[in-house]
Amino acid sequence: MCLAIPGKIEELLAEDRDLAVVSILGVRRKVDLGLIRDDRAVPGDWVLIHVGFAMSKISEADALDQMRMLTELGESESAMEEARGYGLDGSEELEREAATGGRPV
Amino acid sequence: MRFVDEFREPELIARTAGEIRRLADPQRRYRFMEVCGGHTHSIYRFGLKDLLPPNIELVHGPGCPVCVLPMGRIDDGLSIAEHPGVIFTAFGDMMRVPGTHGSPLEYKARGMDVRIVYSPSDALKLAQNNPERHVMFFAIGFETTAPSTALTLMRARTLGVHNFSIFCNHVTIIPAIRAILDSPDMRIDAFIGPGHVSTVIGCRPYAWIAQNEAKPIVVTGFEPLDVLQSVVMLLRQLNQRETKVENQYKRVVPWEGNRAALKAMAEVFELRPYFEWRGLGFISQSALRIRDAYAEWDAERRFSVPGVRVTDPKAAQCGEVLKGVLKPEQCKLFGRECTPEHPIGALMVSSEGSCAAYYNYEHRKTPALASLGA
Repeated sequence: MCLAIPGKIEELLAEDRDLAVVSILGVRRKVDLGLIRDDRAVPGDWVLIHVGFAMSKISEADALDQMRMLTELGESESAMEEARGYGLDGSEELEREAATGGRPV
Repeated sequence: MRFVDEFREPELIARTAGEIRRLADPQRRYRFMEVCGGHTHSIYRFGLKDLLPPNIELVHGPGCPVCVLPMGRIDDGLSIAEHPGVIFTAFGDMMRVPGTHGSPLEYKARGMDVRIVYSPSDALKLAQNNPERHVMFFAIGFETTAPSTALTLMRARTLGVHNFSIFCNHVTIIPAIRAILDSPDMRIDAFIGPGHVSTVIGCRPYAWIAQNEAKPIVVTGFEPLDVLQSVVMLLRQLNQRETKVENQYKRVVPWEGNRAALKAMAEVFELRPYFEWRGLGFISQSALRIRDAYAEWDAERRFSVPGVRVTDPKAAQCGEVLKGVLKPEQCKLFGRECTPEHPIGALMVSSEGSCAAYYNYEHRKTPALASLGA
């Protein structure tokens, strides 16, 4: 759980200003931005995610470094498993919407 | 043995390693503790000890939130899983941690509903989608994960989700460091400070280590270069007889910490008067419990847990390894009765456990040599 996973904010959700759709290691998931409200993150920003919550906003360069480091640490599989595991009940909908080109719920 | 050119920036690594050799006084033995299990993992994975001169010893600290939980707390959490209708949820890291009557995974094999979640918010969602069941989330972690648990509880209250509770085992890092420094069998010269905990608490809480205990501490990132740079900074402080808090992980850690995260924690949690830590005994004000305002979501209050103190198997030396008194390979059970396949204690299971890190990166390389030394 010391895994800090970098992700890129794709879309802020209209119905909840603390939730965003974030692309993390190749999948799109809802991530809670409640801990970085003060950072006023917008689509295009990179964040470090920990157990489904964004912990800090980081630069794209640092995000790419972090991704490479996860690979070097041998943690990229665990990180991908974690990212895929976010949104136990919402993720299937997201992927279906994404596949059909619809907006995420 | 890790060769320099296996790293990403070999010249920079080589230069930093050279700087370390230049700064380290050959007449002196240094003991630096890396507090955080993530750093232990990095150190073993990248073979960083090979890049340090022999008079610098890295001592593993108790920064593994799964490892420091006494077996009795695991049993308490699992006793809740035995209630009809309860879905027991926890992070993957918890699943193979041994309790007295088995691990969560073993409870699952015996028919209890035990599921992995990757976020406390997913446990809440599970509760919303299963109104006839009760979902309990076994919350663990230092200040890194506590704010996320806090936000989840606030959301449960706002949404009016009542078939949900948290079994709270969040612990705080500062009292653990204090216990290490107070321990008579420890001699630590300086600290490689936690990375991700510090994104929440910032760097100020470490000031007493530098000022009152006169030990340098450098908040550090997880790349090989981060750790090596940190060692340089610690050596520089020691050589100049300085003791201060420094932030090597500036790109992620703000000096002031995360205000929103600290606020969420204060809203939902309060400090327990004391809490038992494996290896460190009872430490006052070292763990979080849920405030009265959120009592309804506190699993300990909704279910009565046995609360029995369970000591580790006699031969297991988990406590001493956690404190840094023993190295993993010095535990009598290491690599024999206790392996990742059949762990006796959490240190061999958790991704942040020093025994697991040593086993996976060192022991497997030279098992013959390791068994000679054990």
